[in-house]
Amino acid sequence: MKKWNMIIDVAECTNCNLCTLAAMDEYVGNDWPGYSAPMPKHGHKWINILQKERGQIPMIDIAYVPTMCNHCDDAPCMKAAPKGAIKKRRDGIVIIDPAKAKGQKQLVEACPYGHIWWNEELQLPQAWTFDAHLIDQGWAKTRGDQSCPTGAMRAIKVEDDEMARIAHEQDLEVIKPELGSKPRVYYRNLWRYTKCFIGGSVAEDRNGTIDCVEGASVQLVKDGASIAVTTTDNYGDFKFDKLEENSGRYTVQIYAGGRSKVVETNLGASINLGEIRL
Amino acid sequence: MAMARLKFPIILFGAAQLLKRASHRHPDFNSRVQEHNLVAQIMARDEGIGRWFEFKNGIITSKAGLHAKPDIKLMFKNAKIGVALLTPPINWLDQINAQKDFLLTVDGPEYLTNWFAQTLMMSQSAGLKYGTKLRRGVTRYCNMTNGGPVFVYVKDGKILRLTPIDLAADDGASWTIEAKGQKLTPPRKTTLAPHGQNAKSIVYSPDRLLYPMKRVDFDPNGERNPQNRGKSGYERISWDAAIKLVTDEIKRQKREYGPGAITFSHGSHHTWGNIGYYLSALFRFANAVGMTRIHHNPDSWEGWYWGAVHHWGHTLRVGQSETYGTVEDCLQNCDMIVSWAADPESTSGSYGAQEGTTRRQWLKNQKLGIKVVHVDPYYNATAQFLPGKWFAPKPTTSVAMAMAIAYVWIKEDLYDKKYVETHTVGFDKWKTYLLGEDDGIAKTPEWQEKETGVPAKDVRALAREWGKKRVYLAPGGWGNGHGGACRNQTGIPWARVMVCLVAMQGLGKPGINMGNLQWGTPIDFNFYFPGYADGGMSGDLENTSMPVELYQRMPQLPTMNSNNQRIPRIFVPEAILDGKAEGYPWVGKSIEHQFPKFTYPAAGHSPVHMLYKYGGSILSTMNNTNRWVRMYQSPNLEFVVNQSIWFEGEAKFADVILPACTNFERTDISEWAGLGGYGHHGQQQLNHRVIVFQAPALKPQGESKSDFWIFNELCKPLGLANYFSEGCNEIDWVKRVYLASDMPKVMSWRKFLKRGYFVVPAEKEKLRAPVSFRWFFENRKKDVPEAQPLPSDYTEEYLRGLQTQSGKLEFECNSLKRFNDLERPPIVKYEPSWEGAHSGQLFERYPLQLLTPHSKYSFHTQGDGKDSFLLNIEDHRVKVDDYYYWIVRMNAEDAKARGIGKHDLVKVFNDRGAVICAALPTQRLPRGVAHGYESSAVYDPMGEPGKSVDRGGCLNLLTPERTQTKSTHSLAGANSLVQIEPWDGRTEHMSAAFAAMEKDNEIMQTLKEAHLVPAK
Repeated sequence: MKKWNMIIDVAECTNCNLCTLAAMDEYVGNDWPGYSAPMPKHGHKWINILQKERGQIPMIDIAYVPTMCNHCDDAPCMKAAPKGAIKKRRDGIVIIDPAKAKGQKQLVEACPYGHIWWNEELQLPQAWTFDAHLIDQGWAKTRGDQSCPTGAMRAIKVEDDEMARIAHEQDLEVIKPELGSKPRVYYRNLWRYTKCFIGGSVAEDRNGTIDCVEGASVQLVKDGASIAVTTTDNYGDFKFDKLEENSGRYTVQIYAGGRSKVVETNLGASINLGEIRL
Repeated sequence: MAMARLKFPIILFGAAQLLKRASHRHPDFNSRVQEHNLVAQIMARDEGIGRWFEFKNGIITSKAGLHAKPDIKLMFKNAKIGVALLTPPINWLDQINAQKDFLLTVDGPEYLTNWFAQTLMMSQSAGLKYGTKLRRGVTRYCNMTNGGPVFVYVKDGKILRLTPIDLAADDGASWTIEAKGQKLTPPRKTTLAPHGQNAKSIVYSPDRLLYPMKRVDFDPNGERNPQNRGKSGYERISWDAAIKLVTDEIKRQKREYGPGAITFSHGSHHTWGNIGYYLSALFRFANAVGMTRIHHNPDSWEGWYWGAVHHWGHTLRVGQSETYGTVEDCLQNCDMIVSWAADPESTSGSYGAQEGTTRRQWLKNQKLGIKVVHVDPYYNATAQFLPGKWFAPKPTTSVAMAMAIAYVWIKEDLYDKKYVETHTVGFDKWKTYLLGEDDGIAKTPEWQEKETGVPAKDVRALAREWGKKRVYLAPGGWGNGHGGACRNQTGIPWARVMVCLVAMQGLGKPGINMGNLQWGTPIDFNFYFPGYADGGMSGDLENTSMPVELYQRMPQLPTMNSNNQRIPRIFVPEAILDGKAEGYPWVGKSIEHQFPKFTYPAAGHSPVHMLYKYGGSILSTMNNTNRWVRMYQSPNLEFVVNQSIWFEGEAKFADVILPACTNFERTDISEWAGLGGYGHHGQQQLNHRVIVFQAPALKPQGESKSDFWIFNELCKPLGLANYFSEGCNEIDWVKRVYLASDMPKVMSWRKFLKRGYFVVPAEKEKLRAPVSFRWFFENRKKDVPEAQPLPSDYTEEYLRGLQTQSGKLEFECNSLKRFNDLERPPIVKYEPSWEGAHSGQLFERYPLQLLTPHSKYSFHTQGDGKDSFLLNIEDHRVKVDDYYYWIVRMNAEDAKARGIGKHDLVKVFNDRGAVICAALPTQRLPRGVAHGYESSAVYDPMGEPGKSVDRGGCLNLLTPERTQTKSTHSLAGANSLVQIEPWDGRTEHMSAAFAAMEKDNEIMQTLKEAHLVPAK
């Protein structure tokens, strides 16, 4: 049985918000009986883009992570929903029944991802339905997938085994895997959001002129052991990425032209060590 | 003649049958014929034969012969002419010529003759089928937004959804570029800009103007109370009353003051469509009425028009370069793109949606081996998308950085000396300046560091890398000019130095050009469809590019404004308030057209006393816009009418408001990103050319009407309706555009109306347009498909060389040598901004440089405010205390030093005004720099308009109106000095300097009495 999954590539999301706007376009003012009641014009973010700025000027980057109902296979919300207010479809999609779920505000709290939204006017918990009403009319894509200019958001319908294989081969992750809720929304390059870096820029004084040092060898040492090595580019820049936040002390050792320099840092969030003069 | 005598009655009989049948079959047409009771006579004057048509309570009767007392007459000179003009298909050239030669005349009241002519035309279009029927009662139409084409799904007269278009298998083929072993083809779909996807929410906005209104305390025959504009409320009036108010006033202005008393103001953009556009219906109407022209400055091109043209010409592109073939050349031959004050991921190429995004994404493919570096004070969306070294010069200073790069190239022999010798002139002069041999200041990387804050070592490293690689320089969002740093105080030298850099490296050599994959796709450039600047139905041969091609293809009555008075747009408030203004013209015909000064008032003309405002609000798009508020409240403006879709911005300063509908509620036709004119072949920022029939997907909301309808109605009491409409309805004009284009060769009219769009197939590979400037590099005749510059602007031989006097790239500009302007010397020099770090006391009081670029999610004022979906995007506006505030970004350290946290409400202010925003501390800006988009649609003064803080987010209240240089009409306001403080909740803006500037004794008095401490 093929089921729906979403694959999101964090490195390709530009925060254009076309997916969030497409969701508003589809659900605000539109009633899809059996699937969803209208979404309020403001206040709900059925697709919500998280963001993270890493580093300090001028070595920074920014990651955007579109999030939405994960359509979990072991959905915590279903356990909190009496009377079949939430159903899991055979194609993997989780639907909050817009009639049966009326008044069940506890469902908002039941979602560990914060993706059940309370509609005050209708007294209804709501979430993104994977555009099931369109899927059932034969649409091959969700609105967000269709509108995404970079292909950062792709809905695919495959067997679970196939999805597991894709996830493994492409290093996909889910959000909060430790909950065991088995989300059907997968992420590529999530480290851009969850991990951090140590970077810097190596320079030297050449007869009174400060210049960037290209090709310097830079080693990252933790607890006495070398954990990564890189070389500086033509701007003298180096960067060690995918490090854990708040992971303690690191030593950066720089070697170039017989000279060396050692810089210590205590890693909280991403850090740009700035200019390091040999 | 005898034959015509027989045929004429038969044709008229046919016309009667057509009218009756249409009335019988089509309810809409039946309603139409119930509008008037009249007898219309069609006749041949020579033969004295004809047929009359009586409309009585919706019943049509018709008889051959001449009626004794017809209300109106439609007369052909003779039967032969009548037969020729009435026999389908309509030959528009014959029709127009017949009117010009007085072979076809009308007699009777204008409102009836026009009604009859349009009814005759309507009988032919009645019952046309629009759109594609889908299942479940849904019809799918097409439309075009400023942010891309859309499918419009409609059910029961309501828009369900707007989507981009997934191309069908039978739609035109896509192109493929082979580069470095990669086959690159764009996705077979159209994309949308955020403001395009947002459109449904603004169609159904609670801010829609639903009926005509009059300011409650405006009495045209008594007290007009101009001082209350922006403060008083409005009352609903009928369309009849509104039309009468406006046309009575037009007549009174002309009668009492003479020519020049009326002016028209429009924005630089409008809802999309070749008919209902400002360069189309509005120009036709305004020319017919006569007006003092508000002469626009070259908005987003400032530095290129006033600066770059002197180095390389391109006046008919407002100083930007040709861009043909550059996507292919860049992908195949370039090693590095230097993105300089360029953020196409935010500005979407103005109309290009996310099309460039799909191509720039290819740059992430390592196999192409194209590096990207970014030069911009703000770590912009393009830098976020395409990883690369980021250089963050302080605003207005990157001219110095560019000069230091050139300096390194000279010192280290890293430029193309041979090219400079053969293809340029005047380099030695500039070299002397760069080396400091004339002014004693060598323009070294260390020298620039003091100005820009960018480490000298980084600039040196960039210069070295650039000098060794084949580089595409991408200044501005289009990658070839437009936007970016050309809109601030040093925009002119910036654009100039950009051209100089690429000239040193060999513009036109493989892999060396301007661009960032935004323009230059290998589409079909031979398939003709007019762009919006080609003028649509304007008939305006002077102020649109209509004479180039559309005028011949779409014959129409020419229009010409009979007034010779002009106001430079930047100084409209001064013209009204002080009665004088002066400026320099934006006219692209030649380089020298920008030199002669014009002044207001013009000799023998009346000052302006009436303003007809059309379209989006200028309060947030021009500079120091409290000036506009003062202007609106001036008694010098006796009448202000505003034709607007939404109740926002300047609409709240009108005496009479005319509610217009959106492009989803009217009929139109257009091509995506089809600009024409100064943006010739703007479609080359798209992956596929898409031409759309913009079907009315729903009825106009409330009593709102299309711009065409409004102008047509206003024309009736003025006797201009037949001249304005040529007897045509909107759909007829749309069909005339269709017929004028190459569309009839590929898709029938009826199929086009149903399917709604056509995709022009990509050009065959061997027929693709050549690469821009390759002809110049290879010393060949110009071979790219643009008929510019004008033939007389070539020096040696037609098509050989550039538009400059030498025909070469000029480091020392001959045109500026002739003009002799101290602020624009023949070679480009660095002069710090007059509103920046060198501004002394001003900089001490206002130590933050505020960048105000074009917005990422909205398009000018379109899409913002109006209770739209965009309000939900946190990087656009953020809700604090139940109000959606505009965002101002500031360096995290600067914010911390001021005790400002994320989304704290802050007052952004200077002597010009104060705006309350929500703060967003960030590492995306260097210290001393803040960033907030211009073009908020909401002007929301918290007290007296013009004198209190605004919480709508109009940051252009704070920006300087001063032109970049004295002898140019150039906007300079993309950067201003401000202070940002936590907002103390006060709604009055207490600044002594502000009060002095305002010459406002009231504020001075309040300050004094309250012992209030002025803001810094």
